Amino acid sequence: MSKLTLKTEGDTHLIVTRRFDAPPEAVYRAHLEPKFIQQWMLGPEGWTMPVCINEAKPGGKIRYEWKNSNGQGFYLTGEFIELKPYSKIVHIERMHLPDVTPDNHVETTFASDGTGTLMTMRMTLPDSKARAAMLATGMERGMEASYVRLEGIIGALTSSPASR
Amino acid sequence: MNSSFDLNASFAALADPTRRAILARLALGEATVMELAKPFEMSQPAISQHLKVLEDAGLIVQRVEGTRRPRRLAKPGLEAMDQWLAMLRKALEKNYDRLDQVLAAMDSNKSKERKMR
Repeated sequence: MSKLTLKTEGDTHLIVTRRFDAPPEAVYRAHLEPKFIQQWMLGPEGWTMPVCINEAKPGGKIRYEWKNSNGQGFYLTGEFIELKPYSKIVHIERMHLPDVTPDNHVETTFASDGTGTLMTMRMTLPDSKARAAMLATGMERGMEASYVRLEGIIGALTSSPASR
Repeated sequence: MNSSFDLNASFAALADPTRRAILARLALGEATVMELAKPFEMSQPAISQHLKVLEDAGLIVQRVEGTRRPRRLAKPGLEAMDQWLAMLRKALEKNYDRLDQVLAAMDSNKSKERKMR
């Protein structure tokens, strides 16, 4: 069953949709309350989120830190812009890998869909280059670990000739 | 055909924003160095250098047409990128599969709370 859609729109948008068998209130809360976020926003197996700060109010800070068993880690910071229970979350986020990625403006909406919820995440990048980077390397939430792995691969490649 | 296609080299090639933009342009169809240099406000030698990296990474190929050497995307490189995107997509799906479980647990906790009240 393929419930997830991932598509581009215009030059700078990336749209992700997913349906959940739970009411909007639950899906909304699972996106905002650390005790829930820490259980699911982990990307591939092997990663945990020891730090999850989420001040769910306009202007409130976001900070997620991920770690794996090899001691590697990276983090995300951001700010909330708008919160409309239980239908909309607007925030800005950026990854620190440790180089900081361009600001990603994310509008997440939760719409009643029968007994469930249709979530639509609309990401807006500053320019088409930033979005191309995102598509090429997967900055998408849940893809961060892969992104770090990619950075690791690139890092190893670029540093090995110099070290020899 | 480059049978020794190196995925690591193609990821490294993707680390540069100009090269990603070149790939995005070539996704629309083949183009010469001159055509590629135009939107980037870069010199042709600079673009040629990027094209060499992309070519070495197996992401693009060139053909000879008189004095022109138009570049186009290389299918094996593209397929490897597709696989990579599929992997990223899988990671995202994994998150949401976990969220499904979190939501199911929230629902059963709620039922318990209701009973306790």
